[in-house]
Amino acid sequence: MGGKLTNTEHTLVALVEDKPGVLNRIASLFRRRSFNIKSLAVGGSEQPGLSRMTIVAVGDFAQIEQVRKQLDKLINVVKVSDITEGDMVARELALIKVKATASTRNEIMQIVDIFRANIVDVAPGSLTVEVTGDEDKLDSLLGLLRDFGVKEISRTGRIALTRGSSS
Amino acid sequence: MKKTGAQILCESLVKEGVEVIFGILGGAVLPIYDTFPQYPQLRHILVRHEQGAAHAADGYGRVTHKAGVCIATSGPGATNLVTGIANAYMDSAPMVAITGQVARAVIGKDAFQEMDITGITIPITKHNYLVTDVAELAKTVKEAFHIAQTGRPGPVLIDIPRDVQQEQTDFVYPDKLDLPSYKVVSRGHSAQIKKAAKLINEAEQPVILAGRGIIISQAYDEFKEFAEKAQLPVAHTLLGLGSFPGNHILDLGMLGMHGTPCANMAVQNADLLIAIGMRFDDRATGNTSEFAPHARVIHIDIDPAEIGKNIPTEVPVVGDIKSVLTALNEEIERREHVDWLSQIEQWGYEHPSLEIRLSDELLPQYIVHQIYEATQGDALVVTGVGQNQMWAARYFIYTKPNSLISAGGLGPMGFELPAAMGVKVGCPEEVVWCVAGDGGFQMTIQELATISQENIAVKIAIINNGYLGMVRQWQELFYGRRYVDTKLWNPDFVKIAEAYDIPGLRVTRREDVIPAIQKAMEDPGPFLIDFLIEPEENIYPIVPPGESLARFFEPSKPEVLEENLKNQLQNALQNAKKVKNKTPITKS
Repeated sequence: MGGKLTNTEHTLVALVEDKPGVLNRIASLFRRRSFNIKSLAVGGSEQPGLSRMTIVAVGDFAQIEQVRKQLDKLINVVKVSDITEGDMVARELALIKVKATASTRNEIMQIVDIFRANIVDVAPGSLTVEVTGDEDKLDSLLGLLRDFGVKEISRTGRIALTRGSSS
Repeated sequence: MKKTGAQILCESLVKEGVEVIFGILGGAVLPIYDTFPQYPQLRHILVRHEQGAAHAADGYGRVTHKAGVCIATSGPGATNLVTGIANAYMDSAPMVAITGQVARAVIGKDAFQEMDITGITIPITKHNYLVTDVAELAKTVKEAFHIAQTGRPGPVLIDIPRDVQQEQTDFVYPDKLDLPSYKVVSRGHSAQIKKAAKLINEAEQPVILAGRGIIISQAYDEFKEFAEKAQLPVAHTLLGLGSFPGNHILDLGMLGMHGTPCANMAVQNADLLIAIGMRFDDRATGNTSEFAPHARVIHIDIDPAEIGKNIPTEVPVVGDIKSVLTALNEEIERREHVDWLSQIEQWGYEHPSLEIRLSDELLPQYIVHQIYEATQGDALVVTGVGQNQMWAARYFIYTKPNSLISAGGLGPMGFELPAAMGVKVGCPEEVVWCVAGDGGFQMTIQELATISQENIAVKIAIINNGYLGMVRQWQELFYGRRYVDTKLWNPDFVKIAEAYDIPGLRVTRREDVIPAIQKAMEDPGPFLIDFLIEPEENIYPIVPPGESLARFFEPSKPEVLEENLKNQLQNALQNAKKVKNKTPITKS
């Protein structure tokens, strides 16, 4: 029970109608009830007219349950689940533009290889790295690349699905 | 045959059984108003301010259990509705608000009287729509009424650009709804109902917390059977008054900040709380960490998000209250709680806050109680917000179902007059009393014109203490009697009424109260009484904000006179005077 009272990260997955203003309604609800969003990612789903949204929110069990129920009350939200407790696949993608000189380029490429990341753009003074994985992996890579000088980062935020064949 | 958007709107309103619309026009709703003469079955009541339209629709909705409809133009018309919509949202009142919007081509260009009303009302509506295609209009209206009136009711706003009102299409009112994501639970889960029944059957010191959900569900009979069968005392939230006969032996009155001592003491000592259609508002619970420390909690509500929001719940039952109570009544045993009820009665005797002290002063408690006596409870009471509201809640006995119409959650002063108007229009056969404060009355005083124009026979009792009374009371108790900006210069309300062609009386003496009420009741039309009461009268008990319900302030007992204490009259009156000038005594 103790764990239920402590603030932890929860992954909420919502199936929402793809209509104007839906993102605003959801963001408004989080702001209105003082819930914290760590990340929010949204895109198409397997059903036409519906989008799947992955929200990472921080709070204790009761707060997150309250978030889930309030989201569920929104007319445009078809279904929302907290999949944190179950078995899930979660990934994030990041694009990292890192400074690169003739002397550092090889070293950077080796690190990128180790992380099974890709170089997606090469310029005289920089490399742009694309990496996919869980947040720990992205953070580790980022930590190593910072030594070379990171110029820009863009992260998608977590997207997640439950494991197994059920939907 | 093709119809315009405005015609489609009117046709759809007729299909939804709408009879009355409260509104005021402007440029962006002109096509709709231009169409009204084709639909004489839609009665339009022209208000004087959009806030009045929203409160009137709210009051109408609460007493008819159908969505009240209000209409306003774009921009300022729409923003003026906001307070009324927010109030309906907080108190779960069914409402459909229709706003005009600027033409589609100029949306987003900051056009004259353009305002993003759907954006503004996201947090205060159950849902809202901007209709950008006339073909969507009929479907939208159908959905709006369905959402507003089902489940936990609430306001829905439909924003219609002016050119959509003029555009033509074939009118087909949809038979079926297409709302895959909107589900309303009706029946409670049978296993949860069995668990709840077990707790009720085992409880020794149970208390019901009755909220407005019982009224919304119109479960009066089921609820009475429930309370009587297991002999469960009933404490009410403010808006739960009128869900159970106030003169019933099991009735404890209101709990909370200005609740009766017996209700608050019962809750704090209960071993089981059965919360029904209420949401553990802070005005009802006091400090939640000290709330009902010994009680297990059953919470019955149609809104799953209310479960566990403020108070941890052991047995939640999500469903329509009428259906849940019907099922529960089958499961619970006939019980008696003689010791517990005697204990509660004892608390009532020790803290007889319902008694009205004998005084030559004109006391608001006496006025409200005389309105009760004159009507024998057969009236609908609409209140403002503040002391007048609390006196009305505490000293009128709500024996008739759904007879208190008050703004509980948002607490907007000025609710009383327009809401009373809506209530009277919704229930023309009922006697409707509007209990107003002198401060709040002036916030929507313009609706006297509407009342006069439509001859809406509301009886208005202004509880006039020349102060923003509740705030003054807080300044007295919690801010060292520093009455900063709470003293009001007031106009002559009787002359104001006269100017609006409404008869009125001023009452300054106790002996004139009953005749004035009688005169108001005999008059077939609207009537106003300006009661000039003792200016610094307080509402007691009071639980200071952030305190436990058990720690209420109240005047010492000698202030309250009982019949058998008449020989102490002199003594008591002196005490009463002293008490008023002293810091109130803390009871714990």
